[in-house]
Amino acid sequence: MTSAPPGRASALQATGAGRYADPLFKWAAITAGVSVLAVLGLMIGSTTADAWPVFQYQGFVDFFVNDEWRAGFSRTDFTGEYGAFSFIFGTLVVALIAIVLALPLALAVSLYITRLAPRRMKGPLAYTVELLAAVPSVVYGLWGLLYFVPTFLRPVMELLSAALAPVPLLGTFFAGPVYSTNYLAAGTVLAIMILPIITAISREVIAQVPPEQVQAAYGLGATDWEVMRKIILRRSFPGVVGATMLGLGRALGETIAVAMLIGGSQRWGLSLFFGGDAMAAHIANTFQDAAPETVQALIAIGVGLFIITVIVNVLARLLVWRIGRVAGDAAL
Amino acid sequence: MSSLPVTTLAPPRPASEVSSSLRAADPHSRRRRRRSRVMRTVLLAGMIAAMIPLALILIEVGRRGANAFGWSFLTQTEPPFRREGGGYLQGLVGTFYMVTFATAMSVPLGIMAAVYLVEYGRGWLARVIRFFTDVMTGVPSVFVGLFVYALLIRDIGFGTFVGALALSVIMLPIVVRSSEEMLKLVPEDQRAASAALGARRWQTIVKVVLPTARPGLVTGAMLAVARAAGETAPLLLTALGALSVVTAVQGTPQSALTLLIYDGATQPFAPGQQRAWAGALLLLGIVFVFTAVARFVSSRSTVRPD
Repeated sequence: MTSAPPGRASALQATGAGRYADPLFKWAAITAGVSVLAVLGLMIGSTTADAWPVFQYQGFVDFFVNDEWRAGFSRTDFTGEYGAFSFIFGTLVVALIAIVLALPLALAVSLYITRLAPRRMKGPLAYTVELLAAVPSVVYGLWGLLYFVPTFLRPVMELLSAALAPVPLLGTFFAGPVYSTNYLAAGTVLAIMILPIITAISREVIAQVPPEQVQAAYGLGATDWEVMRKIILRRSFPGVVGATMLGLGRALGETIAVAMLIGGSQRWGLSLFFGGDAMAAHIANTFQDAAPETVQALIAIGVGLFIITVIVNVLARLLVWRIGRVAGDAAL
Repeated sequence: MSSLPVTTLAPPRPASEVSSSLRAADPHSRRRRRRSRVMRTVLLAGMIAAMIPLALILIEVGRRGANAFGWSFLTQTEPPFRREGGGYLQGLVGTFYMVTFATAMSVPLGIMAAVYLVEYGRGWLARVIRFFTDVMTGVPSVFVGLFVYALLIRDIGFGTFVGALALSVIMLPIVVRSSEEMLKLVPEDQRAASAALGARRWQTIVKVVLPTARPGLVTGAMLAVARAAGETAPLLLTALGALSVVTAVQGTPQSALTLLIYDGATQPFAPGQQRAWAGALLLLGIVFVFTAVARFVSSRSTVRPD
């Protein structure tokens, strides 16, 4: 329309090949970003495609509610029976035990570190708890299996069983015999493993409580504990729920330590001392001896586990995001 | 770990010294104060209780691991479980091999993705990527193993490459997240100054932003490496395990420290279990050194979260 000079571009505008560098770089960056999504998509696609025939063979609902798991040995078609309820039950029980044990402790630790610890000790204390997250899960498994459970937990479990098994109703959950590897053993070690992630995020959330509110409460004569209970915990409640759910997600997906401690029996029981199996643990325990059809069934368990953990994680992230993105938890 | 400044206001001292105080005389007030004292003790007890497992782990792994640990543990492969002696050479080689491979695949890609999120990412695509990266950090590691199995292993078999691929999928979201945090900390002024000197966008990123954030990027990568070195479940499904040192890139099952520890711990013979403890000592050493160095690097950085 207007009189742009024809021919030569302005002196400030490059003409060499260098002018393509910027768009190229930008597209490389976009590709890298999108590839993260692609990996996730591929993950869902390829496993679901593999698990689909199993769901069709067993029935989608039946796969999750039937508790009869009988591995088949065929290379070409399906001959076994694949009901994963026992493993789903085990996963949920173990994760629940872990949360029940870890949450109060994590709250105590994060309250202590943020509110009560001497200033100089805050950093080292937080660092020590986070060090628990750096311990590989196979080391937890080894330590639990050969040291912690036989030395400490076993006597406690037998005491609990002896004391509580005769109680009506409640006794069902503490009924013997006490197996050396069982739900409670796996749940206890799992509690130690998820303690750092719940603590780290609770600590961030607690540190974000507006100092004015805390000061106002002290000004009205509140004691330390009243400030913690009525101001800090109330204020950071959604964040703590988010932190707990992230811990839950971690607990549901934890594999090797649970595989070493849960028992591995393919059945389920109401007693905490029953040696059952969990979804991730069952995959790890039986994968190496599985025939092709069973491998597909194990992948189907994996898909079920993935669905559960993603739901839990998405809910957790939504809760934690409300208070702003929490840095640093990715490394945990 | 960014955090708001913590309140410096000291909690009010209990007025118990002043006997004439209304606070000390009122039974209700005394009860509240007593409860507060009790709860402070309870919280302290919780703090101590949380330290006990770590202490027990370090002591036991150190004590039992030292028995079978030695030069030969690092230079010999593992004999049958009943026999004493020997070591985890094949696992050390396998772990090193696969983690290096996985780092080469995931770290450049992850940093590039973080560059996108920080430098270019506006609008819904960046939000979606950010959110699903977070979701990916929560995907169970055994599922990643199943994924690589379903995708590749029936076609190309077990081996180093597929093991490394599984590890890189686990490392990727960790690298993206930590790199993103670090790139965000680079001051906007530096980008503006670079642009004012006539640098192109990519030159600004490659020559100014990334070098400024380098210590932080190294920290994130090292934490991801520490995580990958400790993974067992995905390797069980992809590397499978081996009895001797494997150098093949693909097609021959590969070993790893974690796989050897798992096998040694779950079989009933004492010599094998002893080697598992020694392996745990070695693995803990590697992981802790990486974690500590990562912290050290980030503490020397000019741009850092705290």
